[in-house]
Amino acid sequence: MSDTLEKIRKNVIEGRIDSEDEGFEGDMEGEPGVVELVQQALDEGISPSDILNKAVSPGMEEVGQRYENGEYLIPDMLAAAECVSEATEILEPMLLEGDVKTRGKFIIATVEDDLHDIGKNIVSTLLRGSGFEVEDLGVGVKADKIVQAVEEKKASHLGLSALLTTTMGHMEDIINLLKEKGLRDQVKVCVGGAPVSEDFAKKIGADVYGEDAFDAIHKLEKMS
Amino acid sequence: MQTNYRRATLVKPKKRMSDEQIRAIHEGSLQILNDPGVTCFNEHAADLYDKAGCKVTRADEGKNVWNVKITPQVIQETLTNIPEQVILGARNPDNKLLLDAEVPNVYFGTGSETNVFLKTEIKEYVSQDDSSKTMLYPEFIEERGSLKNLCTSAKLCNNLENVDFFIRNVNIQDEDITLENKDVNVFMAALMYMTKHVQAGVVDLSQLDQIIKMGEIIAGGKKEFKDNPLLSFITCVIKSPLQMVEDTTEKLITIAQKGVPVVISSSPQGGSTAPIQEEGIVSLINAEILAGIALAQIVNPGTPVLYGAVPVRARLDTLHDLYGAPEFIHYNADCIQMARHYGVPCYSSAGVGDAKVPGMQATIEKVFAQLEVAAAGAQYIHYAFGLLDKTNVFCPLQAVLDDAHVGKIRDMLRQPVFNEKDVADTAGQIKHTLTSSTKLFARYIRKARRKGLVTEPYPFESEEGKDEVLVKAHNRLEEILGSDGEKLDPASVDEIYKNIPGLLPRERFEL
Repeated sequence: MSDTLEKIRKNVIEGRIDSEDEGFEGDMEGEPGVVELVQQALDEGISPSDILNKAVSPGMEEVGQRYENGEYLIPDMLAAAECVSEATEILEPMLLEGDVKTRGKFIIATVEDDLHDIGKNIVSTLLRGSGFEVEDLGVGVKADKIVQAVEEKKASHLGLSALLTTTMGHMEDIINLLKEKGLRDQVKVCVGGAPVSEDFAKKIGADVYGEDAFDAIHKLEKMS
Repeated sequence: MQTNYRRATLVKPKKRMSDEQIRAIHEGSLQILNDPGVTCFNEHAADLYDKAGCKVTRADEGKNVWNVKITPQVIQETLTNIPEQVILGARNPDNKLLLDAEVPNVYFGTGSETNVFLKTEIKEYVSQDDSSKTMLYPEFIEERGSLKNLCTSAKLCNNLENVDFFIRNVNIQDEDITLENKDVNVFMAALMYMTKHVQAGVVDLSQLDQIIKMGEIIAGGKKEFKDNPLLSFITCVIKSPLQMVEDTTEKLITIAQKGVPVVISSSPQGGSTAPIQEEGIVSLINAEILAGIALAQIVNPGTPVLYGAVPVRARLDTLHDLYGAPEFIHYNADCIQMARHYGVPCYSSAGVGDAKVPGMQATIEKVFAQLEVAAAGAQYIHYAFGLLDKTNVFCPLQAVLDDAHVGKIRDMLRQPVFNEKDVADTAGQIKHTLTSSTKLFARYIRKARRKGLVTEPYPFESEEGKDEVLVKAHNRLEEILGSDGEKLDPASVDEIYKNIPGLLPRERFEL
């Protein structure tokens, strides 16, 4: 494997997005991070799919293993996932169809009247890191806009987040609207947020309840 | 010259007493030492005090009892001779301790000499109402302290991260332990498994040289032991109030002559052998410790000593010790300030309570005291691991819990270490994060964590709806006891057996 690809892989593992990142020991500032190295790899003529499949994804897999064995915690996972996200953003326009196997198209949003988004942002980052194409619609998104996005993007997955008992009811509205539009079978619906529960998810007809970001990812990966 | 010692916890000392109160206690102690003075049952000591300029009179004609009025001048001269730094060595030199009276660098260790060793077995209990509901809970089994138990304790404490020193904490009551062989076997058990500093009292003065010889063998020679005194002694010279006991006083004199570090300790009980009022017990214990320190310095100026305060208060229903009382913390905090006032490293006490088994009472009593006494800046806090039922019981499970809690206390007391540049760096972090899509600071945790600035969750965290602390701590205990210890090398063991009489057979020290 080329030196540059190996460096990309290592920097994904270390979660170093760019040269401003000091790295674990605090002595790496100035050294190229994933963003610079991806550009360098492209300049060297390495194909975008090779960069993704031989460096970025293997790096993230290693991170996943380190998380499983307790060596890495959430901040390490997030840092690495952010690197994957940045690398994917650079490479996506250059990738040919079929170059990359995506796990699916994921629409994610915080429901209407709700501004909370920390959990949603973490899930988005991790989803990108684990190979999903993610479109984040933001916060306070009305049901019809969410369903419209599912239809237009032909999304395979929909993630809904709410942090208030007064807003979580919109999740049921969205699922009902999907049924009305004949889209319910096209999309796996995942719900989460502090007031949401397994019972609630079952009651409204959601496919997956994520107790936290990692629980959600874990369950989604099992389903893929 | 060694510059790296075992890491301690540097605190910003919490001051209970004002400067005025410290002066008042000091003057009060001087007053006590002058009138009524100390009742001394040791002729040798009486003679030494006399020669040093104290007023010594025979208290009772025909009996070996003297009244010693220790003058302020003698105390003042004593204080000029005391070394402000005491180095306590260790089998592993990385575990050497530097106790500096001027620096509130806190170490935690074990003690006292308990009679009961409390073992744990995890049992499954079934609900009488619903047999599908079960829970795991420890069953506690008492054993009289034995040589094997002391070995087990030493092995355990050697592997507990927050134990900095080991004071023998099990009274070995095997049938073949006698007055004449107890000390060598106690130290052997400790030294066999302990790579940190080892300390104990001496039961029989005739064994002192043997114990020191053991230390010299392990250190690699006389000079090496002097540079690395891997063992030291505790003397409780005074029986409160103000009575210098004959045999322990002689032990102090002998130890001081040898220049080995020694704790001068006193343990009055507020309400019985001392006033219960804070000012009363503190001025009394301070006087008693000063009397002992003075004697050590008269014998051998420059003897490395620790100011050993173990004040406690009495229960009013039984007059037994009441360690879980807030007064225990008050008395100890005051003594720590007095030690600092005199420029002597302080041997203090915390982590002992009245609870009989591990649980909520034990945790509350111990943690409050450990936190407050550490915050006061005592350099050497004993009693901190494994004690239950006052100082009667050593429980290995409790020691594992105490280790976790002392770790938390160290983290709590850690001083802020940032400067202007660090603040500017985080401003940069904030600016950078606001431009990111996630607006999360999580990635910056990594460096802070690897620098040791981010604490870990409680190590025995339970699942939702359950309290599994004791079971998880027990699992940790089993893990430690099942691991290889850092046993003393066979060559040193051979040499010790060749030179030291009275040791029980080697297999008695095997675990």
